[in-house]
Amino acid sequence: MQMLISTIIDGLNLGSVYALVALGYSMVYGIAKMLNFAHGDVIMVGIYAIFVCLQMSSLPVWITAIVCVAVCALLGFTVEKLAYKPLRDSTPLSVLITAIGVSYLLQNVALLIFKSDRKFLQKFIDLGSVSIGDIEIPKISFVIWGTTLVIMIGLDIFIKNTKMGRAMLAVSEDKGAAQLMGVNVNSTISLTFVIGSALAGVAAILYAAKYKNVDPYTGSVFGIKAFAAAVFGGIGSIPGALIGGFTLGLIEALTIGFLPDTLTAASDGVAYALLIIMLILKPSGLLGKKKIEKV
Amino acid sequence: MKSIINRKNITRLAVAVAIWAVIALLMATGIMSRSLQSLTIKICYYVMLTLSLDLIVGYLGDLSLGHAAFYAVGGYAGGAFALYTNLPFIPTFILALLIGGVVAAIVGFLISKSILKLRGDYLAIVTLAFGEFIRSFVKIIRGLGGTKGLIGIESYSSRIVGFSLSYIVVLLVIIAIYNFTHSRYGRAVTAIRDNAIAVESVGIDIKKMKVLVFTISSFIAGMAGVLFGFYKTTLNPSDFTYNLSIEVLVMVVLGGMGSIRGSVIASVVIVALPELLRGASDYRMLIYAVALIAMMMFKSNPKLVKYTERLGAAVDNLKKSLTRKAVSDKPSSGGVSK
Repeated sequence: MQMLISTIIDGLNLGSVYALVALGYSMVYGIAKMLNFAHGDVIMVGIYAIFVCLQMSSLPVWITAIVCVAVCALLGFTVEKLAYKPLRDSTPLSVLITAIGVSYLLQNVALLIFKSDRKFLQKFIDLGSVSIGDIEIPKISFVIWGTTLVIMIGLDIFIKNTKMGRAMLAVSEDKGAAQLMGVNVNSTISLTFVIGSALAGVAAILYAAKYKNVDPYTGSVFGIKAFAAAVFGGIGSIPGALIGGFTLGLIEALTIGFLPDTLTAASDGVAYALLIIMLILKPSGLLGKKKIEKV
Repeated sequence: MKSIINRKNITRLAVAVAIWAVIALLMATGIMSRSLQSLTIKICYYVMLTLSLDLIVGYLGDLSLGHAAFYAVGGYAGGAFALYTNLPFIPTFILALLIGGVVAAIVGFLISKSILKLRGDYLAIVTLAFGEFIRSFVKIIRGLGGTKGLIGIESYSSRIVGFSLSYIVVLLVIIAIYNFTHSRYGRAVTAIRDNAIAVESVGIDIKKMKVLVFTISSFIAGMAGVLFGFYKTTLNPSDFTYNLSIEVLVMVVLGGMGSIRGSVIASVVIVALPELLRGASDYRMLIYAVALIAMMMFKSNPKLVKYTERLGAAVDNLKKSLTRKAVSDKPSSGGVSK
């Protein structure tokens, strides 16, 4: 029982971070209709930013956090301007390959600067834990859940109630019509990238606080799973990203915790199998919209 | 009905044999360094992988990010066969190749059957999921070595043998793909890519064609996996991550989709490039990444595209005027050069 609860807590932690990253994938896909393969690597850059801040001096945690989010948002903005914007009217495959190129680029720049060995961030946010009965819960978990929930709700309000948010909805619905109604499509897409990348920055902070390590490939491995979560929930949908993220996180934690040792190697496989089954049953994900192809 | 034996085909065969002879000679005399010799075998299975993915992406127009799965299935099936039987080398090699191909084809058939409803990016993600699923599934099968990998597959007696065998397989694959893409089926497949709804309305069964292409493609990818197994003698689940699928996809796209020649050239260049850039080993992936982005921007910049088109037209004109001079005294016989 104790183990089950602590496993579930692990799963919720992981799921929260997945959900934040999935949200970034989802928003960018919804608006720019592109699979941003470099999104995971933005997280990696964010964690390295935290690492550098820790190395430099004893900056207060909140400054480190702001630096991390700012670095990620700026990176997202720059990448969009330099690499994706020139390709706005070309085929989805060209954009996909460009995103892969950006992902390789970020990984290899990190590899050159920080080398391939894993760096540890022991000093970053250590809150200890509280115990409820027999169960010990790390305090950081509450921070992670709280942050995720606040961001999700905030984002939902932003999209539904502000002018910019509604512009985003309009662009994702119909780019051409939105433009005719006077929505600045280009700046809306840029804004989406900045928000998505800032979310990746928040995910980077939570990841660093919980797992305390980073190497140049952390982002791409983590990103691909978060991407799977986004698709599971239905790409382009905010609650979908939340559900997908938590489902995947829980499954991963439960399979690692409860499968016999000989089978734990396949824990990723369970998550992917679930994704396959979901897509076969519901081809556009759990909460995704079905699109009808017309002549 | 044209005869198979015509001047064009004989020239093609002669070129293929000449390439083989030159490389084999370079290997035999030791002019090629050991790493370059291994590289020739590596190029062979990469060419096969790229060609097989090009069938799906370039000809059929579906995006697959899980090609490594078929490669892994084929490699493991062929490798396990080679490991657990005791036949002389050549029969082992041929049977392993067939078994690897067939098992991969069966998996490809089943996967494509189950994902017929999916389109575009969802198809891409589900193929990616299949790739990772199969990879982690292999990890828990003890007979296949689990996470440690399948160790001790019989290797080629020498690099020349390895290269020659791989080369023959690649040639056969190229011929097969050429014939497929120029057949009635091949034309139907490219038509599906261009306009699926129109194709359906003239009575072509799209689903059947998709399954057919996936099956053929995974057969070839499976054989490539077998070549990989014989070359490396060990197979590890970490050899077959989605990064490999993406690498092959990059080769397909850079080679120009739906082009056999392009796929071959792109895979040769991209596999050989890191080896040639050894001096700048720290920066080679960086250079690769930048080149990739630059190439995509170049391709989608209308001004640059127009410029290259004009350049191409100029080169074509030059070629035409040259050949016209060369054959001006006799009328062209048979093949019209493109």
